Amino acid sequence: MTATATSARSDLSELGRSETALRTFLHGLPGVDQVGAEQRAAQLGTRSIKTTAKAQAIDLAIRMVDLTTLEGADTPGKVRALAAKALRPDPADPSCPHVGAVCVYPAMVPYVAEVLRGSAVHLASVATSFPSGQAPLEIKLADVRAAVEAGADEIDMVINRGAFLAGRYQEVYDEIVATRSACGDAHLKVILETGELATYDNVRRASWLAMLAGGDFIKTSTGKVPVAATLPVTLVMLEAVRDFRAATGRQVGVKPAGGIKTTKDAIKYLVMVNETAGADWLDPDWFRFGASSLLNDLLMQRTKLTTGVYAGPDYFTLD
Amino acid sequence: MSERVAVRKTYKLFIGGKFPRSESGRSYLVQDANVSLASRKDARDAVVAARAAVKGWAGATAYNRGQILYRVAEILEGRREQFVALGVPADEVDAAIDRWVWYAGWADKLTQVYGGANPVAGPYFNLSSPEPTGVVGVVAPEQPALLGLVSVIAPAIVTGNTVVVAASPAAPLAAVTLAEVLATSDLPGGVVNILTGRLTETAPTLASHMDVNAIDLTGVTDAELAADLEIKAAENLKRVLRPAPADHDWTTDPGITRMTTLLETKTVWHPKGV
Repeated sequence: MTATATSARSDLSELGRSETALRTFLHGLPGVDQVGAEQRAAQLGTRSIKTTAKAQAIDLAIRMVDLTTLEGADTPGKVRALAAKALRPDPADPSCPHVGAVCVYPAMVPYVAEVLRGSAVHLASVATSFPSGQAPLEIKLADVRAAVEAGADEIDMVINRGAFLAGRYQEVYDEIVATRSACGDAHLKVILETGELATYDNVRRASWLAMLAGGDFIKTSTGKVPVAATLPVTLVMLEAVRDFRAATGRQVGVKPAGGIKTTKDAIKYLVMVNETAGADWLDPDWFRFGASSLLNDLLMQRTKLTTGVYAGPDYFTLD
Repeated sequence: MSERVAVRKTYKLFIGGKFPRSESGRSYLVQDANVSLASRKDARDAVVAARAAVKGWAGATAYNRGQILYRVAEILEGRREQFVALGVPADEVDAAIDRWVWYAGWADKLTQVYGGANPVAGPYFNLSSPEPTGVVGVVAPEQPALLGLVSVIAPAIVTGNTVVVAASPAAPLAAVTLAEVLATSDLPGGVVNILTGRLTETAPTLASHMDVNAIDLTGVTDAELAADLEIKAAENLKRVLRPAPADHDWTTDPGITRMTTLLETKTVWHPKGV
């Protein structure tokens, strides 16, 4: 636990009341050692995970996938097919677990809800004028309420990066608080869009800001900007959730999204979760992958482990 | 002045147009050189590279593929002495270059010979045209090192397939040097991938891989291994070229069987007008 986290324990809940207190706190967080973070992430990526450990990691990673489609070209048929795949990722193998959630645009939520009804697969919807977040607050909140009413039990919101980068932390904070209350019972994932935050220090500040404002998850990216999830960024966020729990007792989840395409990448993330935040986070309730093509690679690797021969993409769905 | 120390060369794999070391970090000493010892994972990586190259290579026009293969022959001609220095007889190098040119010529002719219009009882045009099968795993013959290699690679790629070649374990230098020729001759990366090392590691991986469409067992001399590879290949109905007889003469006219075995025939029915 860092010194900052300890001193913050007493008055964390008061921070949101004034811009000055927020700024003092966020700028008082220790700076991130960029070289150290990147080196640590690279080092953790070299761990060798084989045989039974690999099989466990693959099944865990499948359970952690937020199977995502966020395209202008999404149709009811396409998202229904995706939802069916979420329930049974590998129809040839009943022992294959289902994924964590399906993640779609609000307009597609009702179609997915029909398929997922009664299952343990969550239904996530992006909202708050994803991906830019550049819309008036009332519109963003209406977006959230519509998604929740349509059946989403997880909301992926984007923070107002313009306000964050301009230093208007109070505005960002208040938006997250307002979105949190608009969510009702639904879980709130706060997308920091780390590709636009420029520095690891900003990532750490945004993570704390999102957690202080009540986010249940912090998520790296929308997947709509060139730089998506990276290992060092996720490392900084995992440190933040670890320190936040130590300071407040509340556990917050982490979701890297975008650019994670292979089983090898996914396992690197799992190793980092275990080594940074701890085994408590190695659970679909506390760690998710925002991904689409990752699932097929996980299934191919899983098939390789069960059959002993390398699988080909011809034997898995295109989506 | 001290005496100059010669720079020794490490012979590496050829995957996706690049020359990586084996992922396993292993190498073996053969023909007085250090050669990478490919692992199962290298074979898998090579299949991924070959699969990625299929779309562009099969989609290129036959004329374009022919031109690229002629270019390979040109570069081979320029590297003649290098192969001779590796111990390949000069007349074998010449035969290999001629073989390459011979196959290059087939690029835009095979469809006429092997495809065609079929007579049908109805008002339809019925046309059959050969298409590449996809990724082909190849076990290259042990001897002749260069001519044998060219005689298995060229017929597979001229029609638009991409290949992963397990080079002769005993004489891999000609194969790695051929890779250098291919890398400098407009051939897109991934169309030819060459693995050096033990057949017992690479060949079963290729034969059982579900994303490989055909396997050429020409260079397999062990009958038991050949049978095992055929059984593995049956899992996803790979097309199979059986091992060549031990006394096969590689200098004779190869015919078109090597090319046609690695093709799929697409037949279309089209209504005739009035």
